[in-house]
Amino acid sequence: MNFVRTKAIAKKEFKHLFRDIRMLLILLFFPVFLLGIFGYAVNFDVKNIKTTVYDSDRTELSRNFINALNSSGYFDITKFIDSDTEIRKILDKKDAQLVIVIPKNLSRDFHSNKEAKIQYLIDGVDGNTASLIQNYVTAATSSYNNKLTLIKVSKTGSKFYTPIDYQPIFWFNPELKSTKFLIPGLIVMILIVTSAVSVSLSLVREKERGTIEQVDVSPVKSGELIIGKTTPYIVLALFNAIVILVVGYILFDVEVKGSYLLLFITTSIFLFASTSLGILVSVISDSQQVAFNISTMASLLPSVILSGFIFPIDSMPWAVQIFTNLTPAKFFIEILRAIVLKGVGLQAFYLQVIYLIIFATVFLGLANLINSRKGKTS
Amino acid sequence: MKTILHIIKKEFQQFRRDPKMFGIVLIAPIIQLLILGYAATLDVNSVHTVVYDMDKSYESRRFIERFKRSGYFIIDMYAENYEEVTEQLNNTSAIVAVVIPKEFEKKIQRKETVPLQAIYNGSDGNTAGIASGYVAKIISEFSKEIVLDFRERYGQKSSSVGMLTPEIRVWYNPELKTRNFMLPGIVGLLLSVITLILTSLAIVKEKEIGTLEQLIVTPIKPFQLIIGKLVPFVILGFIAVVMVITAMNLIFGIEVRGSSFFLFFASFLYILSTLGLGLFVSTISKTQQQAMMIAIFAILMPMVYLSGFAFPIENMPEVIQYVSYLIPLRYFITIIRGVILKGIGIEYLWMDTAALLGIGIIILTLSSLRFRKRLE
Repeated sequence: MNFVRTKAIAKKEFKHLFRDIRMLLILLFFPVFLLGIFGYAVNFDVKNIKTTVYDSDRTELSRNFINALNSSGYFDITKFIDSDTEIRKILDKKDAQLVIVIPKNLSRDFHSNKEAKIQYLIDGVDGNTASLIQNYVTAATSSYNNKLTLIKVSKTGSKFYTPIDYQPIFWFNPELKSTKFLIPGLIVMILIVTSAVSVSLSLVREKERGTIEQVDVSPVKSGELIIGKTTPYIVLALFNAIVILVVGYILFDVEVKGSYLLLFITTSIFLFASTSLGILVSVISDSQQVAFNISTMASLLPSVILSGFIFPIDSMPWAVQIFTNLTPAKFFIEILRAIVLKGVGLQAFYLQVIYLIIFATVFLGLANLINSRKGKTS
Repeated sequence: MKTILHIIKKEFQQFRRDPKMFGIVLIAPIIQLLILGYAATLDVNSVHTVVYDMDKSYESRRFIERFKRSGYFIIDMYAENYEEVTEQLNNTSAIVAVVIPKEFEKKIQRKETVPLQAIYNGSDGNTAGIASGYVAKIISEFSKEIVLDFRERYGQKSSSVGMLTPEIRVWYNPELKTRNFMLPGIVGLLLSVITLILTSLAIVKEKEIGTLEQLIVTPIKPFQLIIGKLVPFVILGFIAVVMVITAMNLIFGIEVRGSSFFLFFASFLYILSTLGLGLFVSTISKTQQQAMMIAIFAILMPMVYLSGFAFPIENMPEVIQYVSYLIPLRYFITIIRGVILKGIGIEYLWMDTAALLGIGIIILTLSSLRFRKRLE
């Protein structure tokens, strides 16, 4: 390994990168842009549920109940209807996510001490939102019910009794904001794009244009070439990571609770792994189009869907859960969440670090193997 | 017309000659469908749970039993002290720790209220919120039984007060599967990838290699070139759509409830916009790398995330909701979901259809003009 030659290649690659200003701007600017979109647009926090009410009871009880719902802040009652024939149309057209049907004798049933049912029709197309709406309406009904019972019971003089008082406490993210949860995943995604995808493209470009043969006949060894070519992208990726953390802190109050040193070391290890993946892809593919498709299929897509970035791994079928272990992003996201959100130390994620190192070695080894095979046949 | 056919033929020959590429274009949709279908689920069905039972009584065990039986909770461990609870929440995948206080049983027998703590790992807010809903449900059912039990024991036959209870019905997707929500969206995603990214790449490739200049000096007119370049991708896009819809039905049992014809018609309208965007990208980029990056980061990703494909538009801040009206994929996804899941047709979706048509024509015209100007 000759350091001077490696440095020369790195310098050349940096020049390439800086000369292509559009590319550089994209690589630098879009992480922030994406973060903005993610931070503001991407969330599962269901509020202002569009609600239509069909009140066929029209009593004090039903009106008070509707008012209570309206003032809870979760329901946005936009429409009242007079017949149940419209319900289907409203849900079909997505005019409302929830239709509350209050049956005719609600008040009568309630006051004659029977069970009075309130019907909720939920648009289930988005299963996640629907199940949150389900939780809200259940909670709203039962809390209103408790209030009524309390009033009634205190009138008769007996004591109102709730056996269990549920006290939920949420650690790490008390407001349950999904932004905090998604930002570590976003960092990983952007790092993968700047390392794995860009590296594979820049290596394949030399192949496509034929310049790799010129390099082959020069005294540069392949190790030097690869280190030289990847260094600029790794530097860029690290820079991106810093930008994202700073912007995340300014815009979304996402603070790094744990140690910065650990963060830096683990990020470098991850970059090592994902760059190795990029190298592996570049060895397999002959054109940028192919490289691009393989690297999105092999790195970007799994790192969005299988990594636990958005979708909880625990809910996947077990066969898919095994597959998730093939993506380095999964382990790095776990590490990032532990450091950034929980602020815990190495004892929580040393296994993940080991996995990442294993990944890197396997990818590099494979790339090397395939490369030397190809060298022999050609 | 003949010239256009020649260009189309040439494009297809190029596909054929690059079998790796062709394979990827056709296999990728199916892989995406499988991954998304099996993995992309926000359903919370196995909540890793830690139980810290300080009471260790008959009642507390009966209570814990409820968690086990619900099917939603997996009890990973029984903690003996708060340190262990903290340790589990910090270092493992545990999502909730249920703490049953001392005198749980006694207080229940004495008819006192027992505080019950559940500590959540809130880093995944969505999962924690849904899990909390499950816990609340278990607690309320358990409480109800205790109260009923008391009444029976003390001889109160009917309840002294009425009760409001919710009766919930979920339409279109009664099992609340995220899969049914996600998969139809893939049709939109795929069409975007194939028509937007591949079109722009194909054109920029000619630029990069220098063959575009050769084409310019031939008698081919710009519009013929545009049509000839675009048609193969339209065909490819439709093949992918048919494949995905068939696979969706065979593998996941999601049928198209509405009219397939309308679905294809809407797909066609949507393609107008993506082809236009693809053309536009090709006019602003010099290399394939640039084209990919712009297509993906500046156009595709924002489009996907703001379209309601995975994240409900209703949850976004108002300003961003307005921005989403500019995004053609938004209308297309509404149409796809409407047709596939709800079985509705143009009678309810005419507004989205019109929007799609309008945006498509505007984008395609502007981009074609720009492309022509670049050529001349």
